[in-house]
Amino acid sequence: MNAFFATVRRDLLLALRRKSEVLTAVFFFVIVTSLFPLGIGPEPVLLKKIAPGILWVAALLATLLGLPRLFAADHVDGTLEQMALSPSSLGLLVAGKILAHWLLCGLPLVLLAPVLGLQFDLDAPALGILTLALLLGTPLLSLIGAIGAALTLGVRGGGVLLALLVLPLYIPALIFGAGAVEAHIAGLGAGGHLSLLAAMLALAVFFAPWATTAALRIALE
Amino acid sequence: MNQSIIQWFRFGSPQAFYPIAGRMIPWFWAAAAAFGIAGLWISFFVAPTDAQQGEGYRIIFVHVPASWMSMFLYLIMAFWAGLGLALNTRLSGMMAQAVAPTGALMALLSLWTGALWGKPMWGAWWVWDARLTSELILFFLYLGFMALQAAIDDPRRADKAGAILALVGVVNIPIIYFSVKWWNTLHQGSTINLTKAPSMAHTMLWGMLLMALCFWMYSIAVALTRVRAIILERERHTDWVKHAVE
Repeated sequence: MNAFFATVRRDLLLALRRKSEVLTAVFFFVIVTSLFPLGIGPEPVLLKKIAPGILWVAALLATLLGLPRLFAADHVDGTLEQMALSPSSLGLLVAGKILAHWLLCGLPLVLLAPVLGLQFDLDAPALGILTLALLLGTPLLSLIGAIGAALTLGVRGGGVLLALLVLPLYIPALIFGAGAVEAHIAGLGAGGHLSLLAAMLALAVFFAPWATTAALRIALE
Repeated sequence: MNQSIIQWFRFGSPQAFYPIAGRMIPWFWAAAAAFGIAGLWISFFVAPTDAQQGEGYRIIFVHVPASWMSMFLYLIMAFWAGLGLALNTRLSGMMAQAVAPTGALMALLSLWTGALWGKPMWGAWWVWDARLTSELILFFLYLGFMALQAAIDDPRRADKAGAILALVGVVNIPIIYFSVKWWNTLHQGSTINLTKAPSMAHTMLWGMLLMALCFWMYSIAVALTRVRAIILERERHTDWVKHAVE
């Protein structure tokens, strides 16, 4: 477990020394969500209806933006090989890296979402559900994305390929995440959607680091 | 290990599999043609006109088998991929690679014929229904698999990376199948059910089953033809390929 926390701490430290990379993805999220009202028009009723979807799609794309960085730098300077050779299990270290990635790329989106939701005229309970759904959903995005990032490590045209691989796998998270807020607004209650999202997260927490490790070992061969 | 198991493992080698695949391909083509002719004859001339949907429903004789195949082929692809990952056999990766384009074709065909059916029945080419959406995701997964394999130069690494992606994507298959129950939307529930009698005329069912068999045979024939090409390409440095091509 020490190795796990050491990896988290290291990745956070590295990111904080170079803040601009993390902040770029966050600003991307803010800008993309702000573009939609400009393109669609400022009618509050329409904006309120499409807000959950827009915020979720923007969160998807912002997460995607940060994914190539997850392993690329460590792969180039050989750190990843050292991790693979180290006595502690690679799966644990990979899980640490994914957690650090979520803290840097996912958590800011969760914290910003209520503020951006205000732009779309969502009321307080809906904002709460949106934040909760993103809190459950963004770790899922990081976990699934890590598999794609490991598979495309050092591959020609990796960034675009990563989007092609990962975005279809993100669709269930998008459906249930945005669906939770929509169901709440429609008065149906968001419990079912949030439960399914949490179930998918539990599944991903178990399987994704394992699949990512397998993919990394292939990339390191 | 007894003799018969060794015999089977022998075909795991591309060299042993290449000629036997060549001998099997004409048979599968013949079976595909026979089932296809019988299936099309039943679906166009024998099956009665549907009371509600008129003649337009006949596209389901292509649509349903194509949808089935698109899902089966993904499972088959994932099976070969998993086998390749577990046993490290060369042929498994080649099989997975050979199945993928046919699967993508079936998914596209299913979406296309579905659109043709949807326009007169629902009044729309496309609705955002769960099953349609899942089929579209399946199509994307095939494309992702093929794109990943194409992007990696080393065939062994391409096989293994593709295998992991295929196994991750297999999670999508149950979502497709159970989506009808999860989201209750426009798409009608499945009419063929293992537990209760099908709610369609028997001739329609026969037509559909014959067409499904035709699609199976076609898929196998095409996949075997493709795997032979892949074997030749990957094993081109060996002596037996030089003799085989001559």
